[in-house]
Amino acid sequence: MTLARAKPVLLPAAALLAFELWARLSHLQSDSLAPPSAIVVALGAAIGDLSILAATRDTLFAAFVGLAAGGGIGLMLGVAFGISRPLDRLMEVTIEAIRPIPSIALLPIALISLGFGYRMEIVIVAFACVWPMLILTRAAVRSIEPRLMEVSRALRLSPAQRIAKIVIPAALPRIFVAFRLSAGIALIVAVTVEIAINPLGLGAGIMLAQQALRADLMLAYLVWIGVIGYALNILLIAAQRRLFGRAALAGDNT
Amino acid sequence: MNRAAILWRVASILVAAGFIAAWQLVANLKLVSPVFLPGPDRAWTALVRGFSSGDLASKLIGTLEHMAYGWLAASIAGIALGALIGSSKLMRAYVAPSLEFLRPLPVSAIIPVAIAMLGLTQGMALFVIAFGAIWPIMLATIHGFAAVEPRLYEVARALQMSRMAVIAKIALPSALPDILAGMRLSLTVALILSVVCEILAGLDGLGHWVLLSARAFRSADLFAGVILLGATGYLTSVAMSVVEQRLLAWQAAAR
Repeated sequence: MTLARAKPVLLPAAALLAFELWARLSHLQSDSLAPPSAIVVALGAAIGDLSILAATRDTLFAAFVGLAAGGGIGLMLGVAFGISRPLDRLMEVTIEAIRPIPSIALLPIALISLGFGYRMEIVIVAFACVWPMLILTRAAVRSIEPRLMEVSRALRLSPAQRIAKIVIPAALPRIFVAFRLSAGIALIVAVTVEIAINPLGLGAGIMLAQQALRADLMLAYLVWIGVIGYALNILLIAAQRRLFGRAALAGDNT
Repeated sequence: MNRAAILWRVASILVAAGFIAAWQLVANLKLVSPVFLPGPDRAWTALVRGFSSGDLASKLIGTLEHMAYGWLAASIAGIALGALIGSSKLMRAYVAPSLEFLRPLPVSAIIPVAIAMLGLTQGMALFVIAFGAIWPIMLATIHGFAAVEPRLYEVARALQMSRMAVIAKIALPSALPDILAGMRLSLTVALILSVVCEILAGLDGLGHWVLLSARAFRSADLFAGVILLGATGYLTSVAMSVVEQRLLAWQAAAR
């Protein structure tokens, strides 16, 4: 039993150990690599002087505000398109024309109109978050049991009541899956924008460490960004299990 | 396509044209400063001029090259590694969890490390694009291999097929839908990372073009570049769908 539990960690642990030994024995001097122990020390120092925590706060702030804005727009459009087939068909070409624009291509536009800072990052994150939310919400609303809609008609609910009392509750588990995917995308886009251009947050931190030729700090940032991404994912999966149980896992094969 | 579908399509195109007209109106009335928002007419002229006299075509080819090389390398390596890991129980137990752990890592975070190792070069861009694009393909391949109908393996054993034959004749075709879905996802990743690398390293490509246009406040050129990037994303995804339909036609027929 203990072996079965140890299996997943065995390989990374062995790789880290081998790398540490190799770095020590060859007295590694490099701008791009550092032994794991040095990375841990750099990470500890960066947490100690709060610099990496402040950067994390900046990145998460931009990611979450963008997620809220873009996710909200995507949710509203998704519900509207899911309920009204004609609306969906009318908007089809427009949506298909805008959606394939890679979010990062908007970066220069956001840059000249909003300048550096939170606002441009939030706009780009929001743009990226609209699409998964829209598409998955639309699919979720469409797959609502038709009898529920019949009930709402029999009860003569107004459209607003129908959405609040029938559509949203029925589609909520799958909407949360869409939210979880969007949250991952938001973090990725936020870090990417920071690395590409925005002097803010974790992405700027790792670029700065690279330019200062601090390989240990750079890799510490890389590890930390990985931990943040992993923690966010775990947290949202746990929330999904707790809130919706098995209901949310239906139709979610990731 | 039947009649109603065509009519809806036309109506939908008209709606899109309406949005473009609204964009033109906003630009003409100068509700937003023309420094930031050119009208569709100016963006179109910039696009045509860029192709006829400027170097927009070479920039487009540059981006397509980055994308294609990185993506192809990722596809080959991803399918090979995925097949290797997915076809062995031992590898699945030891290696797959580490890969799942790495999956939520924002791949762009590898860019500074790549720059430190390889400098601001073409090789750096290709490494980053391939590294980013390999994950969806590799994980999809592993998943596809793990989900092969066990009876097919029994058949293979009964026929005493070699391991290579099992992979080529049974596992790969059966995992193909997963692999193609992964490759489609990677296509988007490859395009985004191409643009980011071009912006950072100043490599010949649309990313560099849009950044330079923004720096010089030539908003018409900027929008032309963004439109081209959107078209690239759209057309590559359409091409992928066509390939997918072709390659999976036998499966649809079997069902």
